[in-house]
Amino acid sequence: MMTYLRRAGAALGHVTLMFGLGLAQLPLALLLLVALLVTFGLGLVFFFVPVVMATRRWTILVRRLTLVTTGVEIPTAYHAEPPPPLRQPDGWYRGGNRLYKSARLCSYNTRWDWAFKDPATWRDFGWVLAYPLGSALFAALPAALVVYGVLRVLRGEPGEILLGVFLGVVGVLIAPTVSRVIGLSIGLLLGPRDKDRLAGQVRHLAQARTEAVDTQAAQLRRIERDLHDGAQARLVAVGMTLGAAEQLLDTDPNAAVALLARAREASSAALDELRQLVRGIRPPILAERGLTEALRGLAVDSPLSVTVRADLPVRCDAAIESAVYFAVSELMTNAARHGQAGRVAVDLVLREGALAVTVADDGRGGADPAGGSGLRGIERRMATFDGTLALSSPPGGPTAVTLVVPHATLDSATRSSTSAKAVAPRWKSVVAGLCFGLFSLPLLPLGFVSLFAKLHHVPDTGWWPWPGLPASFHQWPMIIGMIALGAALLLTAIVLTVQISEAREPGAAE
Amino acid sequence: MRVVIAEDLYLLREGLVHLLRAHGLEITAAVETGPDLLKALVEQRPDVAIVDVRLPPTFTDEGLQAALTARKQVPGLPVLVLSQHVEQLYARELLADGSGAVGYLLKDRVFNAEQFIDAVRRVAGGGTAMDPEVISKLLASNARNEPLGKLTPREREVLALMAEGRSNAAIAQRLFLSESAVGKHTANIFAKLDLSPSDDDNRRVLAVLAYLNAS
Repeated sequence: MMTYLRRAGAALGHVTLMFGLGLAQLPLALLLLVALLVTFGLGLVFFFVPVVMATRRWTILVRRLTLVTTGVEIPTAYHAEPPPPLRQPDGWYRGGNRLYKSARLCSYNTRWDWAFKDPATWRDFGWVLAYPLGSALFAALPAALVVYGVLRVLRGEPGEILLGVFLGVVGVLIAPTVSRVIGLSIGLLLGPRDKDRLAGQVRHLAQARTEAVDTQAAQLRRIERDLHDGAQARLVAVGMTLGAAEQLLDTDPNAAVALLARAREASSAALDELRQLVRGIRPPILAERGLTEALRGLAVDSPLSVTVRADLPVRCDAAIESAVYFAVSELMTNAARHGQAGRVAVDLVLREGALAVTVADDGRGGADPAGGSGLRGIERRMATFDGTLALSSPPGGPTAVTLVVPHATLDSATRSSTSAKAVAPRWKSVVAGLCFGLFSLPLLPLGFVSLFAKLHHVPDTGWWPWPGLPASFHQWPMIIGMIALGAALLLTAIVLTVQISEAREPGAAE
Repeated sequence: MRVVIAEDLYLLREGLVHLLRAHGLEITAAVETGPDLLKALVEQRPDVAIVDVRLPPTFTDEGLQAALTARKQVPGLPVLVLSQHVEQLYARELLADGSGAVGYLLKDRVFNAEQFIDAVRRVAGGGTAMDPEVISKLLASNARNEPLGKLTPREREVLALMAEGRSNAAIAQRLFLSESAVGKHTANIFAKLDLSPSDDDNRRVLAVLAYLNAS
């Protein structure tokens, strides 16, 4: 309870900060509006790229602030910056499908295109303009309730105090939820669209596949070479020796017997090489006993004192078992060779289909992935399975390496991380954005301000509460209707935002 | 001597049967699968069983498991395990009950019929027959063992052969030494490793293996 209250208190501060961000952004939004009007209204198009860059700098700051205050991470999804123009052999510069005489003009045009055609540019603009009068006002809600509650309490009457305390407590309690919704609402425009996220995933998968194919090809080449130079050559020798023995059998039986013995030795050596080869492809104990026992076998063979603790109720996917086995084997070798460790602890845990393996040693630490210790290679091989490698190795030790492979069990291996469900319908984002942008209009000026005027009997002077509005806007049905409309828009926005975030990361939104 | 064989590859199984018959052993059963093996071992109680680790139906360590189960039901049942590869872990499991009468060899060792038959007879007689590869792995994993570091190279050779399960006489023949010289080396080894000496070959071997497996 106390921790929840402390968290809620912190969230109250954070959402109020996000409201402050909206206030601070108001002049910036006006400036942006003017800049855009000047750019396109007066045709001063050279303003455009600097304006875009300035906006990006601002929104990148906002993304960082959002992560700190609301805990919602918003990745950027800008198109990659075009490379500087290159001079062609004929002296021209090519930008897109046009040729330029000067590098400067070419660079200017390609950069203009790059900024103009990136949808993220326009989404940034839209967000900067909409936020101060949109969801930023929602961010003010918890603090507004608390302040209003305090004002009520200060009046000193028992009924007022009760109401004030109640409102204040409600304000604090809703702060964490409001904070999360604010973060998610900012992500609606500043975050990548589903299309961009999927494109990013496709890029990642394509890269992982290329690496997997390369690794596999290299392994096949190695196996082919080992077979060709090793077992195959030895079997040829066996055949030749047997042939020679056959010829000598009648004339020189003693020599024939010697040759036969040599043939037997050669066949033993061939078997030995095949055994080494098989061990390198897929260790037999892994096929016979599974990952845990195979690692125990590794522990028994190691000169270090190795303990293996495992909590694996089911077998993992065969390919993942192999990869993890070889990774742990390499990490143990590292611990002995580079870390000069004496003890190693290997822990295996399976949680919700994800396999986590920790290899910790009591060595001298200071392991550096860049130092060619093979950690990069392990990381790459893990990446084939969407796996990750985390390293903790301060100088002086100890070293702990944790490998995590999601979807490692046999039944979950077929469930890819890229499921069609990860995409929320586009209309939801559009409607949520519109609702966040528009809810304040009926709710605040037309709703609450008119309500305030009505309650305090402010005379309709023709300019207060609102000039030019028909008298019906100052009547109860209209006021209540406006407040209801605003609240409905806000509620719709919140519900849709939460739905979208749940569709993207099932289970992430508790 | 009555022998049960468990091997799923036809050629190897027939080869083993011929080899053993040629040396005057009686084959009472030659089975293919783990369950058949367990049944044959418990019902026939052969003088020795020759078992492949990987057997149908699962093609995991079916054979080894059947042999271990049978030894639980029939304590001291002599079992010689054959495999395409050797694992220290399996050797430890076979030796765990400390009663001996176990062997664990690479399939290649069958090539040398004389030594193989010798190993079969040794296991049947209550001794042990560990593959040199198991022993070299065992010694490698004991690389940080200090008392072992104090052994002379000759003593290490004797230790390795002893761990394979050989008698003093056999070691003497192997290393071209007199039997009394081997006896002296053995006494030194036992003193350096702080083990109590024993005149019985089998018990000496088991003591050495237990010592090496303890760390």
